[in-house]
Amino acid sequence: MTSSVDEAAIARAANRRIRRSANIAGWSFAGPSLVIVLGLSFIPMVWAAYLSLTNSDLVSGGHFIGSANYAALRKDPLLRQALRNTVLLALLYLPAGLAAGLGAAVMLNQKIKLIGFYRTCFLVPFVASAAAEGLLFSFIFDPDFGVVDAGLHALGLPRQGFLQDPSQAMFVLAIVYFWTQFGFNIVIYLAALQDISQDVLDAASIDGASRWGSFWHVAVPTIRPVTIFLFVWSLIDVLQFFDLVYTTTKGGPLNSTLTLVYYIWELAFQFFQAGYGAAVAYVLFFVSLVAIIVALVYGRRRRLAL
Amino acid sequence: MTTEQARPPFLGVDLAVHRRRIEEAEGRMRRSGWRRHLPKPAQLILMPLSILMVLPFVWMVLTSFMTNSEINSIPPTIIPHGIYTGGYENVLSASDFPYWFLNSIIVSGSAVVAQLVLCSLAGYAFARIPFRGSTVMLILLLATALIPFQLTVIPTFLIFHELGIINTLAALIVPQLTSALGIYLMYSFFQAFPKELEEAGYIDGCNLIQVFAKIVLPLAKPALAALGIITFIQAWNDLFWPLIAITSSHKFTVQVGLTTFQGEHETQWASIMAGTVMTTAPVLLVFLAGQRRFVQAITGAIKG
Repeated sequence: MTSSVDEAAIARAANRRIRRSANIAGWSFAGPSLVIVLGLSFIPMVWAAYLSLTNSDLVSGGHFIGSANYAALRKDPLLRQALRNTVLLALLYLPAGLAAGLGAAVMLNQKIKLIGFYRTCFLVPFVASAAAEGLLFSFIFDPDFGVVDAGLHALGLPRQGFLQDPSQAMFVLAIVYFWTQFGFNIVIYLAALQDISQDVLDAASIDGASRWGSFWHVAVPTIRPVTIFLFVWSLIDVLQFFDLVYTTTKGGPLNSTLTLVYYIWELAFQFFQAGYGAAVAYVLFFVSLVAIIVALVYGRRRRLAL
Repeated sequence: MTTEQARPPFLGVDLAVHRRRIEEAEGRMRRSGWRRHLPKPAQLILMPLSILMVLPFVWMVLTSFMTNSEINSIPPTIIPHGIYTGGYENVLSASDFPYWFLNSIIVSGSAVVAQLVLCSLAGYAFARIPFRGSTVMLILLLATALIPFQLTVIPTFLIFHELGIINTLAALIVPQLTSALGIYLMYSFFQAFPKELEEAGYIDGCNLIQVFAKIVLPLAKPALAALGIITFIQAWNDLFWPLIAITSSHKFTVQVGLTTFQGEHETQWASIMAGTVMTTAPVLLVFLAGQRRFVQAITGAIKG
């Protein structure tokens, strides 16, 4: 009797020791990373919430002004412009980017020569920095010396302002952005297509599906989770569009390429309106949060309805 | 590239072999005679498209070797008449480019080393060590992916200002020491890692740290390579934060330095293009060397 109780007590003590050593090991392995990642996201997030209620000028703390910043941003024409430009970029880029990525991935997803060469070519613009690419494209689209304008001239077409024309600048940036992201979209879609089981496609073709039919009714629904992922990912990326704007147009001409993040940067670090900048940053945060939730909910509902 | 999945033989016939034979026969019939020598229709789209994708970079390299009069001529020069290195000489001697390059190497190199260590440690802890609070911490960690850096950037600037490290390379290195994405990459790799190897190590008398350092890490080289490559590319290309955290030219990274060329060297496109070539070359070399791992990393991140 007593010996079995002792054994149980010993086993419990041993268990406790194992659990304690696991706690020590786990926390010392993960601790440094957790301190840095959580410390540099949640603390600044709360601080930004407080800042957005002050008139801080970045140098001094500023005074608490309640919700005045949020009241001001509802009447801010520049914020409205920035939101409009960002939405325009999303509308220009998202459908085209995803559709073209899927199309090219379908072409690459067959026994084809030079597939490695193609993948490398498509990924190079994704890997190079946006700063270098922005400079490169301000040269290529330069209205005086650029090759694109020279090409238009050779074809007898009128010269264009491109990045210096308020009605064209955002379209040019959308094209450049498409070019940088194309390879990423292809690679993600290609991985998803390669994961589709050959059996399912065989079954579809036995049931009499054409190649187009099995693509549209088998492959596309199967990779819908990937489409949703890419959509959300690209949307977040579009909402944070900054580098290309900074290295090409600096928000101009006439604020036609002013994006949300460019506006936040300008407010906080050029005009030193850190408090108001933080309020606009919270607008960015809520817009992306809502977009992510809507995309996920919509994606899930569609899958259930299938 | 497509791999046939192994299937059990059905009635003595291996279905995979059977299907491949039918496909080959069909292919022979489809492409008999002169048609065999025609490229597939997809090639006719992919070939020009892939050339179009790299053409701007080719143009960048060509321009970097042109004289300004060649660049400014109308119609534009396509192939430079000779190799003119004045653009490179100008960038290297008249600007702080050598400093910027060195700073970028220091920042990206530190980021890679730190992330390899910290992300693999944390990823291993979440995958294998059942410590108290691990689930909550993992969820919090992944939730940070929803917080845009632009939301936290103003307070981060203020915190770093308080710490006195604004306008030093430390301000650029600290946020790159570890990352939620890197931890998640290593976590999903270690989860798929066979437990038996570690158990064998414990039976042989190794402790946790020995098992991790001598058994797990050597076998995690593919994942570590993937993490190292994406960390380097991301750290090297970063513009937003260095632009904010650094104010003096000697401490710029290459990306920030490049943007100062705008306007200042307005008509000296040869110098600007020489700068972009030297800025782009390191990431392209790393990408070309580790392309397979890079693709694995970006596709692996979404499959988990």
